[in-house]
Amino acid sequence: MNGSHVVAVVTPHEVTPGLMDALQVTILVLVALGATAVVLTRVPARQAIVLSVYGLLLAILFLAFQAPDVTLSELTVGAVALPILLLLALAKIRSREK
Amino acid sequence: MTPGQRRWIFLAGMAGLAAFYLWGLAGLPGFGNYPGPYGDILNRIAVGQTRATGVVSAINFEYRGFDTVGEEFILFVAATGVATVLRHLRGEREGAASDEAVGRDLPPTSEAVKMVALLLTGPAVVMGWYLAAHAQTSPSGGFQGGVVLATAFILVYLAGQYLTFRRVSPVDVTDAVEALGAGGFAAVGIAAVAMGLPYLTNFLPLGTTPGAVTSSGTIVLISLFVGVEVAAAFVLIVVELLDQTLLLREESR
Repeated sequence: MNGSHVVAVVTPHEVTPGLMDALQVTILVLVALGATAVVLTRVPARQAIVLSVYGLLLAILFLAFQAPDVTLSELTVGAVALPILLLLALAKIRSREK
Repeated sequence: MTPGQRRWIFLAGMAGLAAFYLWGLAGLPGFGNYPGPYGDILNRIAVGQTRATGVVSAINFEYRGFDTVGEEFILFVAATGVATVLRHLRGEREGAASDEAVGRDLPPTSEAVKMVALLLTGPAVVMGWYLAAHAQTSPSGGFQGGVVLATAFILVYLAGQYLTFRRVSPVDVTDAVEALGAGGFAAVGIAAVAMGLPYLTNFLPLGTTPGAVTSSGTIVLISLFVGVEVAAAFVLIVVELLDQTLLLREESR
């Protein structure tokens, strides 16, 4: 991220390194904020939704760091599968509590 | 222990952790530096060797295919574990669900959610199969495709079609399909052994055009098996969880 790369991304449309750095730093900050938001959300059901948004941010992070395969995995597992399983588990606990 | 003492212990621990953490960070290679040789070697030879332009999939299903078999069975065993634990409980009559409380209606699914879920079901099926079938060409693979495929089933449920959801994903069939997917992967490896080759050797014709859908031999075959396995495993877990939660609801209607 020190700008020493000549080309940050090899695509037909070359992205200037400075722009890529700015994108990566922005998304890193967003991920840090997202993680904090997950921890600070105290209602489990709501936390699962925030976790899903955090998974989406993480997926964008991986994309910005040129790992599209990991992006897809994170998108499917972090943003969809994990929150669904959590919500289902919560529903199950709730139905048993009463 | 007083809160004051506890705070000092916490601060001392934090300071120690921070020191080790910073020490560790200082020893890391620079940002974007890749020290190992394997990535560079694979970048150079993978496309020529496997005719797969999705090099990550080539690594997952070929170069380290044996590891992936192991991972595949981790998911298989996890789904089996969930199913076993929950099925054991199914016969038991649990305490009344909160939804069952006298005089309380179930919160109806909003029309907007139903509509969006129905609209997304078809695209999710297409996307799931597309991802699983194109591991060799582009960033995708059976794992991601499988989860997307499973999402289609969950969308059917979200659309308020619980009974349809159960009809399209009966437990017995889901069990069998999951076993088929996991076993298929292992069988591809065993087929190579039967031909006198090492386990999981790519024995199918690789094709001539790198990145064509028909290229890369067993890589795409394994990806499809993984897709089927992952989709079935995920649907199975959801079915088992929903089964428990919603059995009572269904009866109360």
